[in-house]
Amino acid sequence: MHRRGVGAGAIAKKKLAEMSKQLETFKTNLEEFASKHKQEIRKNSQFRVQFQEMCATIGVDPLASGKGFWSEMLGVGDFYYELGVQIIEVCLALKHRNGGLITLDELHHHVLKGRGKFAQDVSQDDLVRAIKKLKAMGNGFGMIPVGGSYLVQSVPAELNMDHTVVLQLAEKKGYVTVSEIRDSLKWERERACHVLDHLLKEGLAWLDSQAAGEPQYWLPALFSELLSRDITPEEASQMTP
Amino acid sequence: MDRFVWTNGLLEMNETLVIQQRGVRLYDGDDKAKLDVGVVLLSTHRLLWRDQKNHECCICIPLSQVIFFEEQAAGIGKSAKIVIYLHPVPENKEPGPYQQSKYSFIKLSFKEHGQIEFYRRLTEEMTQKRWENTPVSQPIPTGVGPKAARTRAVGIVGIERKLEEKRKETDKNISEAFEDLSKLMEKAKEMVEVSKSIANKIKDKQGDITEDETIRFKSYLLSMGIANPVTRETHGSGTQYHIQLARQLGDILQAPLEERGGMMALTEVYCLVNRARGMELLSPEDLVNACKMFESLKLPLRLRVFDSGVMVVQLQSHSEEEMIASALDNVSDKGSLTAEEFAKLLGLSVLLSKERLLLAEKVGHLCRDDSVEGLRFYPNLRLTNNF
Repeated sequence: MHRRGVGAGAIAKKKLAEMSKQLETFKTNLEEFASKHKQEIRKNSQFRVQFQEMCATIGVDPLASGKGFWSEMLGVGDFYYELGVQIIEVCLALKHRNGGLITLDELHHHVLKGRGKFAQDVSQDDLVRAIKKLKAMGNGFGMIPVGGSYLVQSVPAELNMDHTVVLQLAEKKGYVTVSEIRDSLKWERERACHVLDHLLKEGLAWLDSQAAGEPQYWLPALFSELLSRDITPEEASQMTP
Repeated sequence: MDRFVWTNGLLEMNETLVIQQRGVRLYDGDDKAKLDVGVVLLSTHRLLWRDQKNHECCICIPLSQVIFFEEQAAGIGKSAKIVIYLHPVPENKEPGPYQQSKYSFIKLSFKEHGQIEFYRRLTEEMTQKRWENTPVSQPIPTGVGPKAARTRAVGIVGIERKLEEKRKETDKNISEAFEDLSKLMEKAKEMVEVSKSIANKIKDKQGDITEDETIRFKSYLLSMGIANPVTRETHGSGTQYHIQLARQLGDILQAPLEERGGMMALTEVYCLVNRARGMELLSPEDLVNACKMFESLKLPLRLRVFDSGVMVVQLQSHSEEEMIASALDNVSDKGSLTAEEFAKLLGLSVLLSKERLLLAEKVGHLCRDDSVEGLRFYPNLRLTNNF
C-alpha cells in the first residue's frame, strides 16, 4: 500500500510553502524598518558596521545580490556596488604608478575625492567590505595586512607569505634593503633577492641602485608623498577603458 | 578658548599624528587669543597647538569636544580660517590657558596657508572618529552634558542648545534604530533556520522535490542573502533573475566587446554595466552568476577564467586562433613586445594584452625573456623555423 503525503519530499514541499509565507512577512518587516531607518544606514557609517556584523553573525549576506531584499529595500546594495565601481576605477588609474598595490588610506583619499563634497560619507570599513565583494570577479582583488592597516591589491600578481612579510617590513620607510631583510627576518641572501626580484618584475617595487650604502627597493604603494598627487586627466582616461 | 588644557605635547600610545601646520594663530571666538603664532597639530585623538617660539607652551583639546567646524574664506588682509564649535566645558577639565570664555567657538587662522589640507584631514578624522576605537592611556575628558548656567553671550546659547538637542535627537534615533535592527535580525535568523531545515530535507531525499521547487527555493535564498546550503552541483541552474540578466548582458555587451577586440575583463564589464544602470546595480556575484549561464542559454558570449585567475567575458565568435596569430604577427613585426607596449598598440588594457601574450606563449608561438626590467615576449623561432 502506498502512503501518500508522508516522506521527506512531502515535508520539504510543505516547509517550502511555509517559507514562502514567512518570506512575505519578513519582507513587510524589512519595509517597515526601511521606512524608519533607511536614512540612518545611508548617513551613519557606524550603523552600517553594526548592520553588517549582525548579518554576518546570523549567516546572511546583504550584499550577495542586487535582487536581495536588503539591497532592494534598504538600498545597501547600491551603496556598496557603486563603491566597488569607484574602487576599481581608482586602482586602474593608479596602477601604472604603483603596480597594482595601494594603501587603504590612499585609496580612501582618492575615492572620497572622486565622490565630491556633497556625497555620502564613506568609511574605510565600507571600502573593505566593497573590496571583499569584488573578489568574486577574479582579477586578484585582495587585502594584505600591513602596519595596522591594509594594502589593497588589484592585480593578479602572486604574492605569497614571503612577499607579504617583506611588504610589511618596508612599510615603515617605504623601502627596504637586502641587509634589512636578512637582519630582521634572518633569511639567506638568495631568498631575500628572490622575493625582491619578484616584486620588481611585478612592478610593485622600484630599484634605487644609486642609494648610498646598498641598493634600496622602494614600494610606490607606500610613498606618502604620492598621497597629495591627484589623479591626472590622463590617468582618469584609463579608468573607463 | 576655555576648552583648551595644558599638555606636554607628547602623543599617547595609540595616538597618531595626522597633520601639522605652522603659522597658525588662535582666536577665542572672534577675538585674537592672547597667544602668539604657533603650530597646530591634528592627531587621531586631539587638536593641539604649540607656540612656535616657546615650545613649552602647548595646549590641546580632545576631538570629541568638537561639535562641528567650517571654513572661513580669506579676505583682504585676512587669512583663511577654520571655525570650530565646541561642546561646553566638561566638569573635570584640567587647567588651561583660559579660565573662562564668552564664546563657544574658536578659530584657527592660517597665516602661512595650509588650511585646505588641514580642513580635509580634520574632516576625515571627525568622520572616522578613530579615538573611539583606540582609547589612549591617559583619560581625556570628553564633552559631558551641558551646564546651562555656564554659558553666557546672546546668540551663542541658542546655537549651542539647538546643537545639543540635535545631538540628543540623533542619539535617540540611533538607539531606536539599533533596537529595531536587533528585532529585525531575530526574524532574519528564523529565516536562516527554516532554509537550513529545508536544505537538509532536500539533501536527504533529492528525488522528491521538483526542479521548479528547487529554483523557487534558490530565489528565496537569493532574496534573503542566504548562501545555498544544498551542496549539489548548481552549475548552469541559476535563478530566474540570473537567466534574465544573462540575456540582458548578451544584448548590452555585444557592441562594447566588438570594440575591444572581443574580450573584456569582468571588472570592466561590472563598471560598464553598473555605470549605465545608475541604480538597482548588480552585485559582483550577480554578474558572475549571470555570466555562468551564457553557455546553457546558448548566448553568443562566454565567461572564461585564465590561469592567472583573471575572469573575462569573451565573444563566442571571437576566434582564439586569430587572436594568437595576430599576437605573433605584432610581436614579430616589432621584434619583441612587453604587455604594456602591446596594450598601447592595440588600445587594450594591459591586463588583457598580457593574457593574450601568455596564450600565444602557451601554444608555443612566443617565448619570454623574464628579467627585472620586465617581461618581454619574442617570437619562438624554434617553432616558426626561422633560424
